[in-house]
Amino acid sequence: MNAPVMLRMTSVTRVHGQGAAEVHALRGVDLEVRMGELVAVMGPSGSGKSTLLNLAGGLDTPTSGTVTVGRDDVGTLDAKARARLRRKHVGYVFQDLNLVPALTALENVTLPLELDGSSARRARAKATAALATVGLDDLADRFPDDMSGGQAQRVAIARALVGPRRLVLADEPTGALDSVTGEAVMRVLRQRVDAGAAGLLVTHDARHAAWADRIVFLRDGVVIDSTGAAAGPDSLLHRAVRA
Amino acid sequence: MSVRQGFLALLSERPMHGYQLRQEFEARTGGTWPLNIGQAYTTLQRLQRDGLVAPVPDDDEGPERFRLTDAGRAEADAWWLRPVERRAPARDELAIKLALAVTVQPEGHGVDVAAVVQHQRTESLRALRDYTLLKRDAGDDPDGLAWSLVLDSLVFAVEAEVRWLDHVESTVAQAAARRDTPPVTEPVEPAPSDARRSGPDQLARRVRGGAR
Ligand SMILES: Nc1ncnc2c1ncn2[C@@H]1O[C@H](COP(=O)(O)OP(=O)(O)OP(=O)(O)O)[C@@H](O)[C@H]1O
Ligand SMILES: [Mg+2]
Repeated sequence: MNAPVMLRMTSVTRVHGQGAAEVHALRGVDLEVRMGELVAVMGPSGSGKSTLLNLAGGLDTPTSGTVTVGRDDVGTLDAKARARLRRKHVGYVFQDLNLVPALTALENVTLPLELDGSSARRARAKATAALATVGLDDLADRFPDDMSGGQAQRVAIARALVGPRRLVLADEPTGALDSVTGEAVMRVLRQRVDAGAAGLLVTHDARHAAWADRIVFLRDGVVIDSTGAAAGPDSLLHRAVRA
Repeated sequence: MSVRQGFLALLSERPMHGYQLRQEFEARTGGTWPLNIGQAYTTLQRLQRDGLVAPVPDDDEGPERFRLTDAGRAEADAWWLRPVERRAPARDELAIKLALAVTVQPEGHGVDVAAVVQHQRTESLRALRDYTLLKRDAGDDPDGLAWSLVLDSLVFAVEAEVRWLDHVESTVAQAAARRDTPPVTEPVEPAPSDARRSGPDQLARRVRGGAR
């Protein structure tokens, strides 16, 4: 694959706390995600998956090593520039969703667009379309607290996918969803990536990780293995059909 | 499930001849169950012998078509609601390999169970991704739907395997931490936990015996 690298992490280390309470959440991680590529991260609880995603999204900075998004070295940007980078280029679905409770579903999705200078009308139109792609057009005026967990999760996904985001980061985006809705969300994410975004997806769910081009396994802050790039389904098709 | 039941289900729609049945059967199972024409005709003959199908009377030229008899229709209807029986699990090479990995101690060193699990998991996920690629391309037409559901059944089976591997890994790691001994000495139950929980002794014996 020769598409440009959208996210590059080089020898990234992240140490939380200090002294006796020191936790090495990531230890020398190297990772590249190209445009048009979806990479899944799997690993046990506490292996450093969310830490990795926070670094990729510029919400956190590495203890050592570098994180580059597009051409920007995230570690050298000041807080304001990082906030701008996140708003403009990074779509993020947090593990705890992070919706604004005082805003309706539609307003939650509209917010990042407006913050970024879209006119209210255009932002609304785009947000409405994004809600429709996750099957929530009916609930645009509901508040997050009045929704089921899976519905709120889909609002968070719509928010991450709205606008011209070039890097989409998702931390367990299908956690509260039934299998069919979860699959629909993976389809939307996949389409977004196929349209040129770079995607990094944390999931415990092998079925959803299987939508990625590559799967990276984290264990105790170290990448212990990864599946190669897709080899194409021909041999397997043959096996499935002739089984 | 047998081809027999499948033919009865298809004939409940309309009379068909052997070649048509074979084609329809393959198409509706997403091509995952190829039949040869001899198999199709033998199945039809047996169904006729058992009084479940009969030739369409006064059929014009062309190959002989068959329709369901009353008994055949009753059997076709009953089949949908009869649960598929869970047979004793096949001897699963993977389960046996892992059971051995946690107990065998080759001279000088134990087996690295984590590595065994990881190699298998990577391979299983690769298969899962390939099935998913196929699913992405399956259309919404009835044939596509059938194919997609067949793929789903493969997908869910691999997923279950991956979850079981995760479970083996954590169980072995926890046991090792608890006893402060190398993980290789801790036996794990090779059977899926569900089978154990729901099973009376008899089922446990079948699982352990791995009869097939
Ligand atoms: N702010 C923090 N302060 C101290 N330790 C932290 C902090 N954030 C994370 N950690 C520790 O870093 C390690 C990695 O945490 P992380 O949240 O990245 O794990 P994870 O893989 O996302 O787990 P989960 O699957 O449970 O979400 C854990 O041991 C965690 O306790
Ligand atoms: Mg996490």
